Amino acid sequence: MGETPAIAELKAMCADIRRDIVRMIHAGGSGHPGGSLSVVEILTALYFRVMRIDPHNPTWDGRDRLILSKGHASSALYAVLARRGFFPVENLRTFNAPGTTLQKHIDMHRVPGVEVSSGSLGQGLSVGVGMALADRLDLRDRRVFVVLSDGECQAGQTWEAAMAAAHYGLGKLMALVDHNRLQTDGTIAEIMGISPLEDKWRAFGWGVRRIDGHDLEQILDVVREAEAEPAKPQVIIAVTVKGKGISYMENSVPWHSHPIDDEQLRLALQELDEAAKEMVAP
Amino acid sequence: MSPEPYPVVEKPFGKALAVLGERFPELVVVDADLVRATDTAEFRSRFPSRHWNVGVAEANMVGIATGLALSGKTAFCGTFACFASQRVCDQAVLAAYCHAPVVICGVEPALTSGSNGATHQGMLDLAIMRAIPNMRVFEAADATETSSMVEYTLLHPGTTYMRVPRAKAPVILDPDTYRFEAGRAVRLRDGADVTIIASGIMLARALQAAQALAAEGVGARVVNMSSLKPIDEAEILSAAQETGCLVTAENHNLIGGLGSAVAEVLASRARVPLVRVGVQDVFGEVGPIDWLADKFGISSAHIARAAREAISLKANKGRPVQA
Repeated sequence: MGETPAIAELKAMCADIRRDIVRMIHAGGSGHPGGSLSVVEILTALYFRVMRIDPHNPTWDGRDRLILSKGHASSALYAVLARRGFFPVENLRTFNAPGTTLQKHIDMHRVPGVEVSSGSLGQGLSVGVGMALADRLDLRDRRVFVVLSDGECQAGQTWEAAMAAAHYGLGKLMALVDHNRLQTDGTIAEIMGISPLEDKWRAFGWGVRRIDGHDLEQILDVVREAEAEPAKPQVIIAVTVKGKGISYMENSVPWHSHPIDDEQLRLALQELDEAAKEMVAP
Repeated sequence: MSPEPYPVVEKPFGKALAVLGERFPELVVVDADLVRATDTAEFRSRFPSRHWNVGVAEANMVGIATGLALSGKTAFCGTFACFASQRVCDQAVLAAYCHAPVVICGVEPALTSGSNGATHQGMLDLAIMRAIPNMRVFEAADATETSSMVEYTLLHPGTTYMRVPRAKAPVILDPDTYRFEAGRAVRLRDGADVTIIASGIMLARALQAAQALAAEGVGARVVNMSSLKPIDEAEILSAAQETGCLVTAENHNLIGGLGSAVAEVLASRARVPLVRVGVQDVFGEVGPIDWLADKFGISSAHIARAAREAISLKANKGRPVQA
């Protein structure tokens, strides 16, 4: 894949990454399929088309940085990083196995390309604010992306950080909310509603855009559009489907955190293969 | 009795930041609406672009400090010791897990926050922070140690919690010769009968107690244990061996602080009596520090009494003396 892969290539990559995710969670014996499958297009678009990074030099000083604040979607990030060349794709098989570098929740010191350890929700945006402040202080022209879950928009610290980012006018900071509308115990709406989500972010002083979080072209367009507005931090509310791509996982609360057995894996891969065939067919 | 035979320095913590800010361009400071307590105004006016005040948002303060620290900075952040630990425990865990050089500073710890009362008297900060892997835990005893400690964290970056005095602090240690070092305790006075291990404001009280004991013919060694983690095990074990009994003196709840840390070392390595002076698992109240120290059992008189008790326990081979 070249430096600027075409949308069709990115789509095929997303399909590969979904296969990786279900295989990893099947092999690891546990994991978070729902929120990993929902964030695939967001991470793929950012890592393969948007971010300035060098997989051969993961700590390159000029790189853009991404914080996966929703650290339970680790399987998606690991698959994206491996496919992007940060480490061998074969390593994905060790997901959550004893002694693995690929912990169910992320340890930055074990995985090249990971900027911040995560798993305890609600903290990522604060760290992103700190990074963006450091970049501004050091006159480094690089960007910070923070991928949040919609459940994290229930956490007080997220809003402390949102307030600070706007106060400091951090135009190089972009948040992307994987708005899959479900959380561990039920739907967001029934557990603790967050709507009107766009109004909340706008009231906190952010530029706000809402898109279909599975539409790669929309993601790329909206990121470009948001970056043309550098006076304030930007948030993209990416509406997604939890468990996207596997019919029996889609919009299903229990698949937030769930092991995948042999039969479920077979069905999942079959569905993903069929979808891939349709994608190729005219 | 108040220990005040020492010269006093104004705002040693704030001064250290302002002075060292010149030598260490990576030093940045994040506050949470308590610049007046953390004494960071001088740093802020000298290095305005390297100071942020995030308002009443301590979790965010530590999170932002972590982001700065993961970008090449040594990020100091601070508030009252209670808030710098209780309100930010999980954020401190993340900083430590990331190995981020964040230095969380708890000012006015425990009873030194006397006039503010129980909500502001951080008495469990050392317990919380000691239990976090990769977190260093320091407590400065005086002005000299405060500035030396700040310099140490800049020379040896790592995730750190440190207790620092607000506003005035005495000068007990010689600023020309004393250098703080993680994991190294310093003996200030020698004696053969008992060792008093103290940290923070309790060092002055321990020295005062040792003086009172000397008048009774009791020789007390006094050790400043300003690095609670890593802790100087060798110094504790040699004190156990050479003086046969120990007293710890801390401005903290008796659960999880200095006394606990010393007990953890002794438990598997030496069988000698240890009497711990500290706050007895109760909340504080308002009052001047010396009044509070008397009331809550952390005065120099309490230390001297504990020393006598430790010595009698030693004479009775560890069995309590019948009253």
